[in-house]
Amino acid sequence: MRIQFKTSYDHDIRLFPDRHSLIVYGALIALALVLPLLINEFYIGEVTNVLIWAIAGLGLMLLTGQTGQASLGHAAFLAIGCYANTILIEQGLPFVVAFPLAGVITGIVGGIIAIPALRLHGIYLAIATIALSILADDIIVLLEPWTGGVSGKFPDVIRLFGIEIERWTMPVRFYYLVLGVTVICTLFYRNLLRSPLGRAFAAVRDSEVSATAMGVHIARTKATAFGLSCMITGWAGALMGYYAGAFNNETFSLVISITLLMMIVIGGLGSIHGAFFGAVVVAFLPQGLSILKDSVLGSGVAIPGLETGVFGMILILFILFEPMGLYGRWLKIRIWFELFPFARKDMFRRQKSYLKTERLR
Amino acid sequence: MDGVQLLVSGLANGCVYGLIALGFVLIYKATEAVNFAQGDFMMLGAFVTLGLTNAEYLHLPFWLAAPLSIAIMAGLGYLLDLVILRHLFGQNQTAVVILTIALGFVIRFFAGAIWGHEPQTLESPLALGDVQLAGVVLGLADLAIIIVTVLLTWSLYQFFQRTKLGLAMQAASQNQMAAYFMGIPVKRVQGLIWGLSGATAAVAGILFASKGAIDPNAGLLGIKAFAAAVIGGFGSLPGALAGGLIVGVIEPFAARYLAAGYSQIAPYVLLLAVLVFRPHGLFSQVRTKKV
Repeated sequence: MRIQFKTSYDHDIRLFPDRHSLIVYGALIALALVLPLLINEFYIGEVTNVLIWAIAGLGLMLLTGQTGQASLGHAAFLAIGCYANTILIEQGLPFVVAFPLAGVITGIVGGIIAIPALRLHGIYLAIATIALSILADDIIVLLEPWTGGVSGKFPDVIRLFGIEIERWTMPVRFYYLVLGVTVICTLFYRNLLRSPLGRAFAAVRDSEVSATAMGVHIARTKATAFGLSCMITGWAGALMGYYAGAFNNETFSLVISITLLMMIVIGGLGSIHGAFFGAVVVAFLPQGLSILKDSVLGSGVAIPGLETGVFGMILILFILFEPMGLYGRWLKIRIWFELFPFARKDMFRRQKSYLKTERLR
Repeated sequence: MDGVQLLVSGLANGCVYGLIALGFVLIYKATEAVNFAQGDFMMLGAFVTLGLTNAEYLHLPFWLAAPLSIAIMAGLGYLLDLVILRHLFGQNQTAVVILTIALGFVIRFFAGAIWGHEPQTLESPLALGDVQLAGVVLGLADLAIIIVTVLLTWSLYQFFQRTKLGLAMQAASQNQMAAYFMGIPVKRVQGLIWGLSGATAAVAGILFASKGAIDPNAGLLGIKAFAAAVIGGFGSLPGALAGGLIVGVIEPFAARYLAAGYSQIAPYVLLLAVLVFRPHGLFSQVRTKKV
């Protein structure tokens, strides 16, 4: 068992809690860098998919995990990022400018949308964002001159400092691009959590009343969280556009929004690890299920809706037995080993809590 | 006359939304959770009835099958609470939101596996005739929907206002611990409310299926019912009905008088507008607490 001695308040907000974790994450980055030498191009494409989902997951995690606002409309922001990026590049902006700008535009739109949404909480926010997700589909069709409507758009080849990057013909280059964005987003997220703003997010999530008492401006904090979350989501959306190779109004549907929310729940709310664990599950579940189905039923047997059905069942089991998600399970296993003979099952028992209505306040 | 016809068919559609919204509101009123699977409950109720009634399945008489399927759905609702939702007792709303969305997926999958993904029609006596009232043609099913919805809303309203159980349900939702101390079996009360909303969903399903075809994706209608419930104000039974009627009436008029593309977004624009200007709905139950 490793023991961290914290002798100053700065130790609480270090980027890496100790040298051990620095080594672990360093090794992980090194592995990610040499990955194209180890596995073939098909699997590189799959890993790229996981990373893109992880970025999108980080975006939603910032909102749901950190600030406690569940959004079922993040597919709309994926779409905004994707279309903004493509349209900016069509206007002649270089990728280096267009891509960050697409995220910023999405963030600003998200922040503006958040202003009326701030008066809502819990269920109402979820429903408002569902409406957003449905509206996005129709609005893309209505804005046909810019968005291409139903026939959709094809993102151009990326030209970054004179290097051409394309998802199909050179997946390794695209992988490195996505990896770079992932690392930047992860560092951004981690550093945000260390900042006063990040702790204000957590304060708002845990109790709005006590956060107000501590001098946190609730509305401003929530709007900032919404904006930053949408910014990361916008980048993920732009990358998704490149990954898909073509997109139209149906690419970013309500199902994507729901999948995204479920992904971070399966991964573990409020942790960076959770976004990555969840992305792995979401990206590989379809393949895993089809392999399993073929081995049990024989290939060629098609069961429509099997994927979402099994996904739903997995999710129900997670919420019932492991509300902290995969990351929570991982923590429990680690703590069991660290405390070996002294670990007890009841250590993680949840406290009983009783509901008091919010309707009559 | 054209407008009246649109209005009447809109009202009949709106009643279906209202019935689904009623299921949301029942659960929200009593457990402060929202059942995002209510639309799928409705679909399941329709398919259970269809499985009991239609010739290629069990071929029971409709008037026997309908109460039977309402009972089955009520039992299913109670069971669901017993097996799954009771474990979430006291957890935050997000957990329940995600759980019920997942539940919707699972229900859709099972319904598709049992009854197939093709649209089917319920062989119901309601699907037969038309009624002519002062020049307006009204399907028998539409008429039945309107009558049943109004009756159901009224009786549920009375149930919450007058009966001991209804009051217990309201008490349990306002403060669980206090309700425990007053001797209300909060958990059983919550199970009963889930059963009640299952029964409501079955009624909505039967009426919806006798109006037209039903397939496993019909549960997505639930999203429009959300709009209805929010517009009416979550937690108010007449509000749910009113919201459903508003959404139902807006739809045919928007389809008629607005350009294509703008018409299907009309209910959601209204939803967002209501959320911005009256976040707790038109018939809100939220009162500012005086200190």
